[in-house]
Amino acid sequence: MLDDASIAETDHAADSIAVSVWRGDASGGTWETFTVPRQPSQTVLDIVTWIQQEADPTLTYRFACRVGMCGSCAMMVNDEPRWTCRTHVGRVVKDGAISIAPLRNLPVIKDLATDMDPFFDKWVKAEATHHPSAGRHDDFAAVLPDDEQRVEASAGIECINCAVCYAACDTVAGNPDYLGPAALQRAWTLYNDSRDDAGGAILDAVSAQGGCHSCHSMGSCTHYCPNDLDPMGAIAGLKRATAKRFFRRGRG
Amino acid sequence: MRGGDPNAATRRPVRGHALWYAHIIHRVSGIALALFLPLHFWVLSLALTDAARLDNFLAFTELPFVKVAEFGLVFLLALHLFGGMRLMALEWLPWRAPHKTLAAGTLAVSAFVSGVFFLQAI
Amino acid sequence: MLDFRLYMAQRLSALIMAPLVVGHLAVMIYAVQGGLSAGEILGRTQGSLFWALFYGGFVVAVSVHAAIGLRTVISEWTRLRGGMLNGVAMAIFATLLVMGGRAVLAVTLV
Repeated sequence: MLDDASIAETDHAADSIAVSVWRGDASGGTWETFTVPRQPSQTVLDIVTWIQQEADPTLTYRFACRVGMCGSCAMMVNDEPRWTCRTHVGRVVKDGAISIAPLRNLPVIKDLATDMDPFFDKWVKAEATHHPSAGRHDDFAAVLPDDEQRVEASAGIECINCAVCYAACDTVAGNPDYLGPAALQRAWTLYNDSRDDAGGAILDAVSAQGGCHSCHSMGSCTHYCPNDLDPMGAIAGLKRATAKRFFRRGRG
Repeated sequence: MRGGDPNAATRRPVRGHALWYAHIIHRVSGIALALFLPLHFWVLSLALTDAARLDNFLAFTELPFVKVAEFGLVFLLALHLFGGMRLMALEWLPWRAPHKTLAAGTLAVSAFVSGVFFLQAI
Repeated sequence: MLDFRLYMAQRLSALIMAPLVVGHLAVMIYAVQGGLSAGEILGRTQGSLFWALFYGGFVVAVSVHAAIGLRTVISEWTRLRGGMLNGVAMAIFATLLVMGGRAVLAVTLV
């Protein structure tokens, strides 16, 4: 990791960057190179925006908040999945060049925009949706921050659904049914949430084909998560919970 | 320029970190051991059908390159064993261990065990 | 549920094998000293119920473990799916079980 001072230093190392951008759609495409002026504190998203505004208005990409909260702008930068709005050019530029491509493991719509439907469909499939245990007429639930289960849940709730982990995972690449790190991590947080009423249904969902047992703990999700979450640890938690239930009940 | 199929660009595997290497080592050692097992079983079953041939085969293990191959197999077995124990600990024990360090440790222990084997073999 | 059952069979066979592999490594390091001979190996194993159970258990567990592991690798690295995939896994299981069982009998029968 570079510290801020060395980023500032490398910021002025060259006047321009050679940027290879993947252009195309679901039927195919090719790489196109743009020469983009170097600016202080420039992010990869700044580069993409500059290309669209100054060089080629037909370039398609997706972003919203620009501050690492919305999870829209993830792309492959030099073949690694990254949130582009929070990725400084100084951290990733190699010999004055950068390549930018749409997220891996998702269908391409056009250029840098991928179809996120398969990603979010799998959240629903993993029962990673809230199942309320109380209604509007009930009292507020008391959530104790130090409770052991709450600590497990809290460890994963900062996920911004950016699909960086999904793009990083080789198991997703090899097994189209695999639900992926993000959906499984959300299933684990809900399983540990005292306000969620469907622990059994969650364990059933993540035990189905393509569930948590397809994971090989290669840890690319945890390695690349821009929010420093640990989906691999969460998936291990689901494996442990399903195995525990197996031994308790004597069945799957 | 790379290109053509969009997935050619987007399906490049993401590699090059410690636990990914641990994963691929576990997988490749497992495949290699599974492929070796039928040969291993066949040689041992010679004891039943053709004991003289078994002795001939075992004499063959005195060749230096066979000893190196044996060392390789023992190394793979140790890697798969200790790497597998790390995975079991990760999945079933309720503690978060420093898994990069543990993965490096499995490599060291495997090298030690198979090194001891090799020194005994030569 | 098939994924979960295979996972449990894979992990339980691994847990059975872990001490057996440690034992096997120790035996190999001990036995390889001074070279291998059929007489030495068979002298240790023939007629021994302990080694018959040790290696018999090993063969059953490794057949399960390797068949499930290879099934996963094949499904991820090739396009084989469904019945064909399960057929290949069963064939791997049966081959290892039969060949391994034969090997255990060969070295433990008097």
